[in-house]
Amino acid sequence: MGKKCVAMLLAGGQGSRLGVLTKNTAKPAVPFGGKYRIIDFPLSNCSNSGIDVVGVLTQYQPLELNAYIGTGKPWDLDRLTGTVSVLPPYVTGKTGTWYKGTANAIYQNMAFIARYDPEYVIVLSGDHIYKMDYSDMIAVHEKKGADCTIAVYPVPMEDASRYGIMNTDQEGNIVEFEEKPKHPKSNNASMGIYVFNWKDLREYLIEDENNPESSNDFGKDIIPRMLREGKRMVAYPFDGYWKDVGTIESLWQANMDLLLSPPAFNLYDSSWRIYARNPIMPPHYMSADASVTNSMVTEGCNVRGTVINSVLFSGVEVEEGAVIENSVIMNEARICKDARVRRAIVSEQAVVGENSVVGGAGEIAVVGQGVELPEYSVVRPGEQVDSQAADPMGKQA
Amino acid sequence: MKDTFGLIYTSHSDMYLRELTRSRSIAAMPFGGRYRVIDVLLSNMVHSGIHNVGLVTQRNYHALMDHLGSGKEWDLDRKRDGLFILPPYVTKENTGSYTGLLDALRSNIGYIRRSAQRYVVVCGSDILFNTTFDGFLEQHIRTKADITVMYNVPDEEELREQAERTHLKMDEDGRIVDVEFSPILHTYPAVSTNVYIMDKSFLMYLLEVSAAHGRTDFVRDVLMTQVNNLKIYGYKLEGYVKRIESIVSYYQLNMDLLDEGIRTQLLSKPNPVYTKVKDEVPARYETGARVSNSLVADGCIVEGEVENSVLFRGVRVGRGCKVQNCILMQGVEVQDGAQLSHVVADKDAFIKRDRRLMGQPSFPIVIEKNAII
Repeated sequence: MGKKCVAMLLAGGQGSRLGVLTKNTAKPAVPFGGKYRIIDFPLSNCSNSGIDVVGVLTQYQPLELNAYIGTGKPWDLDRLTGTVSVLPPYVTGKTGTWYKGTANAIYQNMAFIARYDPEYVIVLSGDHIYKMDYSDMIAVHEKKGADCTIAVYPVPMEDASRYGIMNTDQEGNIVEFEEKPKHPKSNNASMGIYVFNWKDLREYLIEDENNPESSNDFGKDIIPRMLREGKRMVAYPFDGYWKDVGTIESLWQANMDLLLSPPAFNLYDSSWRIYARNPIMPPHYMSADASVTNSMVTEGCNVRGTVINSVLFSGVEVEEGAVIENSVIMNEARICKDARVRRAIVSEQAVVGENSVVGGAGEIAVVGQGVELPEYSVVRPGEQVDSQAADPMGKQA
Repeated sequence: MKDTFGLIYTSHSDMYLRELTRSRSIAAMPFGGRYRVIDVLLSNMVHSGIHNVGLVTQRNYHALMDHLGSGKEWDLDRKRDGLFILPPYVTKENTGSYTGLLDALRSNIGYIRRSAQRYVVVCGSDILFNTTFDGFLEQHIRTKADITVMYNVPDEEELREQAERTHLKMDEDGRIVDVEFSPILHTYPAVSTNVYIMDKSFLMYLLEVSAAHGRTDFVRDVLMTQVNNLKIYGYKLEGYVKRIESIVSYYQLNMDLLDEGIRTQLLSKPNPVYTKVKDEVPARYETGARVSNSLVADGCIVEGEVENSVLFRGVRVGRGCKVQNCILMQGVEVQDGAQLSHVVADKDAFIKRDRRLMGQPSFPIVIEKNAII
């Protein structure tokens, strides 16, 4: 018997707007919120929505993502008849190409979907932080007898021109789609979450692939074509927390949102738990010198300094006299004695040397993965340091 | 250490921890914010390359089974061998209620017979140390001993406390020549950890002979009486060792972990202790939280003051609280303004607004599971 729904998670984005954070990592594997990675959110949503077949489409720096997803056990996706599979592009005979676009990525993996012969396919993007019950969206799709259902989110009107905007009639049927319109008619932004009937989607993908003029993209080609052909397109409005974390600023902001009281995004809901591959570390330790306010701290941290309005990931070391403010310190980073870190993202395994100063008022400063800043380094606001560029700027005599 | 399997015997001294072991064995006792006692022994075995572990349970084993599941988290859900939980049952071979280690193992002789490995590490489950058993086995093979007993030399302070311990005397070659059990004044400072290594065939012989003579207790009926007939050697264990013999020693274990050196040695390096993962959210400190010299697990929300304490997963400490020298287990909630000192609160205990509970280091207050104060 076929599955009801298969999820295809588009995780191929290079995430170039995240700068040094995605130098060695695909964007969905970027850490978030103390112990998670971006991809934990769609994967946990799938698991909590009862979807147990997930294809993860990726073609950029797959090593870390592959290792992270493994068998899918942390998300309870290592099931007898379910799976989470990383699907990179591959060669068949003499042909075979990189994923040309989002639709092409699914086209190239139609055999994966066909193995499960589902009624519906839900297409997800791996760039957002949100909790959504996909089974409810599928139920709406089913009830309305739609050919395609698209999740939409009300963005502020002034930002609407940065999104794909869905204009709907009173019953919630999509009548028009505008990609990044200069003069938006509504603020219903597409969340990049689509539900299709598998049989129809299959035909659309094959036809789209045979069209040499197509850019093989859902937003640019498939959705406009379905609209032109008068298919029943339904908007599924979502009003929870939804945040694109595609830029340094927005990634930092989404982390800070967790610190609001009450948090803008609630991770404490035990009925909709976000799962992650957990490193096994002892609880974190706060020394007698430590001072922590309005912050999140994870297992394995050793805090001897001051932490204000910040998120510390697992295994972070904060030495005596160090001050961290409004910052995101990722897994196993070390902030050495008397260093000051403000409005910054310090990436995994990075070391901020003694008496260094990172960030300050202005744009977010970033210290890349594994960078070892020598003592007395200065990283100015908005500056990004990766492993090659690190040099002892501003070193005092 | 491929050719070795492990046997862990749980629950023989469960009454020493009062309320805390009413519904669980010592092996299932939570400690250090997220672990259970059994995690350390299992991890020791796994890091030694032991892939076949039998866990002999007796009373109160539900909490233990719940925690261990398939053994996945310890890498013991294997195609061949893995983790075997051996609960009591009543048949001709199994007495259902064990009076000693020999009795317990004899009752599970079917598992021992089926195990393909040549050597067996047998241990109790109320002691904590982090080591691999490679050196232990190596010495056992080198000395051609019948039984090798792992021991350590506790410090003076620990030796002064009364408990049921087995003291050992070794000659220059390390062979055990005298054994005292639970002496009021001990003669020898070396104390058995109740971890033994033997050839499997020797263990089976020992079990059959003991059963035939109605002997059930390993220390009394084997170590003591056979010390001159068998080649029994001692193997010295170095480093941090903690026996859980009373509420006080359980309390000390948790407080010891506030020391970074001990914490690292026992829990993380070089051999990390594995445990069940709960997918808790990172801990959250609100404005007004003041925490010093404490271990805090994920899922905690702290608004008040915490000092010299261990907070397990999902503990809530309200505004204006003062928590000092406490061990608060999973899900404990301390409401605004409450003051606690030297308290061990079991899972999901609930301390209402402005309550004051003051224990002493020599006698911490124990609050049982689900209690409302």
